[in-house]
Amino acid sequence: MTAEIPDVKKTWPHSINTVTIGATATEGGTRTSTITVGGETTLPFYHFEGTMPNKPVLAMEVWDVPAEDWPEPVKKPFADVMSDPGTWAKRCVEEHGAELICLRLKGCDPNGADRTPQEAAEAAKKVLDAVGVPLIIWGCGNVDKDNEVFPVVGDAVSGENCLLGTISEDNYKTLTALGTAYKHKLIAASPVDINLAKQVNILAMDVGFPPENILIYPSTGALGYGIEYVYTIMERLRIAGLKGDKVVAMPMLCDIGIEAWGVKEAKAPESEVPGWGDVNERGPMWEAATAYVYLLAGADILIMRHPDAVRITKNTIARLMGGGA
Amino acid sequence: MILIGERINAGFKDIGAAIREKNPTAVEEWAKLQAERGADYLDVNIGAASRDPEDMAWLVRTAAAVVPTKISVDSTKIEAVQAGLEALDGRGCLINSTTADPGKLEKLIPLAVKHDASLLGLAMDERGSPQNVERRVENAAMVFMAAIEGGLPPERLFLDPILMPIKFMQEQTLNVLDAIEQFTHLSDPAPHISVGLSNVASKATERGRINRTFLVMAMARGLDAVICDVMDDELIAAIATAELMLNQEIYSDSYERAFQARRGLRRRTT
Repeated sequence: MTAEIPDVKKTWPHSINTVTIGATATEGGTRTSTITVGGETTLPFYHFEGTMPNKPVLAMEVWDVPAEDWPEPVKKPFADVMSDPGTWAKRCVEEHGAELICLRLKGCDPNGADRTPQEAAEAAKKVLDAVGVPLIIWGCGNVDKDNEVFPVVGDAVSGENCLLGTISEDNYKTLTALGTAYKHKLIAASPVDINLAKQVNILAMDVGFPPENILIYPSTGALGYGIEYVYTIMERLRIAGLKGDKVVAMPMLCDIGIEAWGVKEAKAPESEVPGWGDVNERGPMWEAATAYVYLLAGADILIMRHPDAVRITKNTIARLMGGGA
Repeated sequence: MILIGERINAGFKDIGAAIREKNPTAVEEWAKLQAERGADYLDVNIGAASRDPEDMAWLVRTAAAVVPTKISVDSTKIEAVQAGLEALDGRGCLINSTTADPGKLEKLIPLAVKHDASLLGLAMDERGSPQNVERRVENAAMVFMAAIEGGLPPERLFLDPILMPIKFMQEQTLNVLDAIEQFTHLSDPAPHISVGLSNVASKATERGRINRTFLVMAMARGLDAVICDVMDDELIAAIATAELMLNQEIYSDSYERAFQARRGLRRRTT
C-alpha cells in the first residue's frame, strides 16, 4: 500500500509589495540600472506554490571613511581603495558584482571622525559618479547627527531614488519628510521586535509616507547570535503580509556583513583559536552561511562585505531560484 | 473578521422610503458611509413590505453604483435574490440566505454556483427556529452537505447559528456560542460562521454593550463574519482588539490604525 502524499499547496490571498530602487536618466536619475525587489506571492523559494518575480539581491558595503575596524580578512580585499568611496564602490560593482552599493556614513559619527553633512553628501556623489548601480545610504546611527546629515545628503542625491535608512519608532519624521520631498525609499528598523516592526510602519504611514516605499529591516543577528529570533520574526511578518496585513507586506532587508564580521567565529585568527581553521576561509563562510539563513527567512536585500561571501551567496540565490550551478 | 454592513435595509425608514419613491440618495449615502468604515459586504434588503423583485434589482444597482464593495443580497424570496444577482456587475456577492429546507437548498445552491456567489445558510428549517445546540448543528450540517454536493466549497459558505434576543431567550445565547464552536469542526478549513448581531440585543436597553460583548465571546469560539452596524466605532474597536487576542493579527501599539490600514481606510480625522 502506498501512502498518499497530501497536496499541501497553499494559495495566499495577497502579495508582498514591489519596491524599485534607483532611477535611470529617463526616470530623472543617473543610474545605468535599477533594482526591483519584492512581489512574492508565496514563502521564500516555494516555486511550486507561487511566484518570486524578483530574486533577492546583494548590496556591498562601502564607508565614507576607511573601515579601520574591519577584521583583517575582510579589510584586505579593499585596503587599497578604502580612502575613496568611489573607487571602493567601483571595485565592489566591477570586480565582485555588487547589485547595489550600501554607503554607510560611519564617518559622520560624533564619537568618530564627526564629518559634516556636506562631506557625507560628497561621499554619496562620489559613489554615484563611480558606479551605475542604485544606492543605499545608511546613517551613522547617532539619531541627532543623522537628522542633520540626511537633509543635506537626501537633497544631494535627489532624483536618484535611493534607499535611505533607518527610521525607527522614535525617529521617523525627518526621514519620512525627506523621502517624500526628494522621492527616496526608506528602511524601517526595529530591534528584533515584530510589534515595533509593525508600529514603525504605521507611524510612517500616518505622516503620509506610502507603505509601498518602505523596506523592513527587522535587525540582523549573525549565525550563532540570535539568528533564530530574527528568522521567526521575518517568517511571521511575511506570512502576515501574504495573508493581507498591508502594514507588514514589505520586502525585507538584512545587514549581514556588519553582524557576521562582528563575531569571534568569523574573525578570530587561527593562532587564537587553534583547530578552527584558516580565518580567511572561515570568515567568508560565516558571512555566507548567515546570508543563506536570511534568504530562507525571506530577505530581499542582503548587505554584505567579503567578495568570497558575495560570490557564494550569488550562487546560492541562483540555485534557489532554480538555475545556476 | 468579515464585516457585513446592515444599514441598507427597508426596515430603516429612510431606506424604506427610498425604495418606495425610487430616490437613490439615502441608499447611496449609506453605501458610501459603510464602505468608508471598512465593510466587506453591504447587506441589501428590501424587507417584508415589497414583493417586487424589481425593487431588489433597483436597490442592488443603486448601492453598487457608488462603491466597489461586495453585495449581500438579502431576501427570503428566491425571485428577489435572483433579481438582485442579475443586477450585479460580476463583483463578489453573498446570497443571504437559505434555510436547511431541502426545497430552498436545491434552488439556491445552484444559483450561488452559477453566479460565483457565496451563500449564507441559516441553521433553521421548516420546523422553525432551533431551541438547542443539536438542532442548530443538524441544520448547519444539512446545509453544509448540500453545498458540498452541489459544488459550493466551504470557503463560499456562511453558516448562521440563529442568534436570539437575550432579553427573552437568555439560555439561547450560550447555545449559539456552543453551536459556533461545533460548526468549526465541519471541515478544515471551516466554513465561515456569521450572525445577525443586532438580534442579541433586541429590545434591550444596553444594546451597544450587549452587541460588543457577545461578538467578542463569539469570535473566541470561531465566529468570523458578522452582519452589524459598521458605524459603531466601539464595536469595531472591540473587533480589532479581539483579533489581537486571538493572535490573528500582529500586535502593535497602533493596532486600531493597522486595522483601518488593512481595510484600506484613511485615518479618521474626527
